[in-house]
Amino acid sequence: MANETKELEKTKDTAEGVVMERTKNTVTYTPNVDILETKNGLEITADLPGAGENDVNVTLENDVLSIEAQVTSESMNGYKLSYREYGVGDYRRAFTINEAIDGSKIEAKMKDGVLHIVLPKAEAAKPKSIPIHKG
Amino acid sequence: MLTIGRSGPRWNPWLEMERFEREASGLLSGLGRSRTAGFPPINVLTSENEVIVTSEMPGVDPADVDLSVNGDILTIKGTRKPQELAEGQKWHRRERGQGNFYRTVQLPFNVESSKVNADYAKGVLTVKLPRAEADKPRKITVKTA
Repeated sequence: MANETKELEKTKDTAEGVVMERTKNTVTYTPNVDILETKNGLEITADLPGAGENDVNVTLENDVLSIEAQVTSESMNGYKLSYREYGVGDYRRAFTINEAIDGSKIEAKMKDGVLHIVLPKAEAAKPKSIPIHKG
Repeated sequence: MLTIGRSGPRWNPWLEMERFEREASGLLSGLGRSRTAGFPPINVLTSENEVIVTSEMPGVDPADVDLSVNGDILTIKGTRKPQELAEGQKWHRRERGQGNFYRTVQLPFNVESSKVNADYAKGVLTVKLPRAEADKPRKITVKTA
């Protein structure tokens, strides 16, 4: 029981429990992602349509990887929006990375509205085969 | 926030519960962007003499998109190529759709198919379709006899 209370308190302290309020009056969307585990690390692919390479921010802080993108919608004078299936807004999503990642070697690329992040495993975390010598 | 990788001993039921709650409320409020109409989602802007159809299709090669116009019907066909798994790779999460897509849009008027202009940037397709001359409303002056 004591353990449970401890867990609850812990939850409150982490960013997980906090609902962020925004100062800007725009909608923030959660992008769809694919996450792939490879021999060398993790690869995250996120759909951020409307965002260019200069609009995207990727940060890794205390094993939390955040993806943020600001998208400005062009105003079209003289046109009216007569049918709408998607909205234009910012993107935000964050992940807790459990794997040991070499933060200095993270690479991110942006192409055609798709963000691709490669997170290489830290050298220490890679499986190593140890040669056995004759005694 | 989500956790990548095996949960192992750090699995936390409280976080799981919160995550479920958030996902469920996201569904109900209609803010989840993936659960709207088909892929790719379409917006239509109209003016008196032009209609602009925009569509979010990130990661699609423009060469794989096929547009056709017939009267007042615009058809968008295309493919988003799936990523093949190499040996030793495995998916932790797969939310991005892939494969063939097909959408048709009925426009508010007939368009001049020879003057249709399509552009793909930052994962967004923009198709500009001018109204057909023959379809434009004509003003008729009434002469006095």
